[in-house]
Amino acid sequence: MTDLLALRGLTKAYPGVIANDDVSLSIAPGEIHALLGENGAGKSTLVKMIYGLVKPDAGKMEMNGAGFAPTDPRAARAAGVGMVFQHFSLFDALSVAENIALGMETPPPMRTLAARIEEVSQTYGLPLSPDRTVGDLSAGERQRVEIIRCLLQDPKLLIMDEPTSVLTPQEVDILFKTLRKLSAEGTAILYISHKLEEIRALCDTATILRGGKVVGDCVPRDTSAREMAELMVGSTLATPKSAAHATGEVILSVTNLSVASPSAFGMALKDISFAVQAGEVLGIGGVAGNGQDELLAVLSGELPSAPGMVTFEGRDLAGIGPEARRGLGVLSAPEERLGHAAAPNMSLTENAMLTGAAREGLSARGLLNWPKTRAFATRIISEFDVRTPGPENAARSLSGGNLQKFVIGREVLQKPEVLVVNQPTWGVDAAAAAAIRQALLDLAAGGTAVVVISQDLDELMEISDRFAALNEGRLSDPRPTQGLDVEQIGLMLGGAHGIEVAHV
Amino acid sequence: MDLSAINPILLVAAMIAAATPILLAAIGELVVERAGVLNLGVEGMMITGAVCGFIITVNTGSPTVGFIAAAIGGAVLSLLFAFLTQVALANQVASGLALTLFGLGLSALMGQSYVGIKPPRTESTPLGSLADIPVIGPIVFGHDLIVYLGLAIVAATWATLKFTRAGLVLRAVGENHDAAHALGYKVKRIRTLAIMFGGACAGLGGAYISLIRVPQWTEGMTAGVGWIALALVVFASWKPWRVLLGAYLFGGITQLQLNLQGAGVAIPVEYLAMSPYIVTIIVLVILSADKSRAPGSLGRTFHASG
Repeated sequence: MTDLLALRGLTKAYPGVIANDDVSLSIAPGEIHALLGENGAGKSTLVKMIYGLVKPDAGKMEMNGAGFAPTDPRAARAAGVGMVFQHFSLFDALSVAENIALGMETPPPMRTLAARIEEVSQTYGLPLSPDRTVGDLSAGERQRVEIIRCLLQDPKLLIMDEPTSVLTPQEVDILFKTLRKLSAEGTAILYISHKLEEIRALCDTATILRGGKVVGDCVPRDTSAREMAELMVGSTLATPKSAAHATGEVILSVTNLSVASPSAFGMALKDISFAVQAGEVLGIGGVAGNGQDELLAVLSGELPSAPGMVTFEGRDLAGIGPEARRGLGVLSAPEERLGHAAAPNMSLTENAMLTGAAREGLSARGLLNWPKTRAFATRIISEFDVRTPGPENAARSLSGGNLQKFVIGREVLQKPEVLVVNQPTWGVDAAAAAAIRQALLDLAAGGTAVVVISQDLDELMEISDRFAALNEGRLSDPRPTQGLDVEQIGLMLGGAHGIEVAHV
Repeated sequence: MDLSAINPILLVAAMIAAATPILLAAIGELVVERAGVLNLGVEGMMITGAVCGFIITVNTGSPTVGFIAAAIGGAVLSLLFAFLTQVALANQVASGLALTLFGLGLSALMGQSYVGIKPPRTESTPLGSLADIPVIGPIVFGHDLIVYLGLAIVAATWATLKFTRAGLVLRAVGENHDAAHALGYKVKRIRTLAIMFGGACAGLGGAYISLIRVPQWTEGMTAGVGWIALALVVFASWKPWRVLLGAYLFGGITQLQLNLQGAGVAIPVEYLAMSPYIVTIIVLVILSADKSRAPGSLGRTFHASG
């Protein structure tokens, strides 16, 4: 079979870094091709070149044997390339149909378009109402908007960048059914993911990038996840190990917590109760938008709760704000890295100051101790392997995974009594995710009570001692993780949300 | 006090004329802001339009040519702002303030030898006999072309933003410029065009003051109308019809309080003079209580990465 797309010797350099170095690969029609690599391995640059967002410095691309050099995404779309972005490229204030029309070359009139959206969403089992405002949609629904936007243009090649990071296991199954169906219809798929088991389940071939170079190809079905991870990292991989440790006193307890969401599109928390002991990791699973953000906000102190609902070492935390809680040792790392966990335009040193001031003694009598803060930031960077030229770089200049390592490292190094994290490894590569999980486990082994809120069930199974599911603002009873299987957890989570199996 | 001296029909007609400069400037700025750019230079572009229109009208004898020149003058000045903010990536607020100061100075220089001259009269009542209909005639059909042009621009802006692809792309650029860029839209080009449209509208509004409302040239004669237009866009929640309402309200109350002052109403002049600002703000604040909000990328500098 002739190749649909062939890349030959693509090279792209940015000042100070070669993002892609002589990369070649080929994709046949209908093939599901995985692109693997750590954060910063050059996957995004590579797909941006295929999608016409970045121009290669050297090398060429061929589509169906003819030269292919898209100057912009329109040209790429015209040639049959569709892309679903990791960070959704959607417009919150516009409707679903308007968002989709913006991604099309020659959109039909709105009424026709709405009908076609309904039709495609039915065919592929991705229910979506064309009139809804995108700002009101959940992450999973937003992804459907992106996918349908691509499907409406009958793409020959669909590029998917980390599509499953926001989905439940059931939603992932349905997405895979959709992708397999597309593949059977002859659409090639270039699939980027950190989740190796997913790649093994879905993809026909895989190309592994490291440091901008192709370091290997494999057939994922015949290769173990561990082998692939080691190819990506270039060294053997340590699995997070939970040292045997005794759990102690209850440190953090939440009793009949009910609180309204501060956001109009948020989820109120309803009668939540749980307790976390010293040295224990409590995993809270569930699809984002079911109260995760609100729960973190209540525990961090951003969202006030009524007296008696949240207690720390027997002390009522009502009325105690985030900074005072940090002083007590109740730390948190929210999901949204840019803008919530870190201030995008401030340097890493300044960001280290923002949450570390109280516990690390970085300020005294209202004056800031910058040398000490810089040392703290440098320590985070070295201990958590944050890839950045130095602590004076702005937070926004870091890739998502690197910033995540920084944000988690910043809290972990403060040796908290209680640490609450939301999506600790979202968009982080396998090696870094393992390092973050290990750090959380080490922290627990040292006697910290850790609450991990995550959508990644494999992660929760790996590190948590007990597991509870958060669904529509209600929390299930925590159950010991040992003995639970993914199927049972899926049921605890309340199944897939509004997704049907493909009809055709 | 003699309220009978106020002729309600003439008053309403005058209200519409008084609102036109604000309306033109505000609708232009609305388009600019919907594209995600905050141009605080409206006042500077208005006064530049005012002097350009005045000079050309005096020299050619044709107000029509003068208004075209005013629009071009405003648009050319706005190109300076476009260069600063879209090419040099300068801060929009600072660039806009600089544009206003620059426009005020430039217009004073250009207009030095035109102080005290009377421009040729602009033709009114192009609708002929319709203006003779009692009551409705003077109110609806008794105006000059620019009043109708202003209304037409509002209608066209509304329709373009709501129903056309160009309008959708413009809104998308203003809402999330990174996403628009990722989809392949030319963010800078679209914004530059929007800025030029805003400049042309502001220039027209300025010339309406110097050629029709006053009509003569004095330094700084726009007297803050550009700033009111800016505020109007915000209070109108970036919606064209609310801009129209706000402009008419403001122009109307300005005219009414002038008439009341003339009639000798026993309210201190200061209160009357501030009434247009207060009433306009109150009405539009009440209207903007719905969930409409500013364009997501408003005032943020767009820098294409990678």
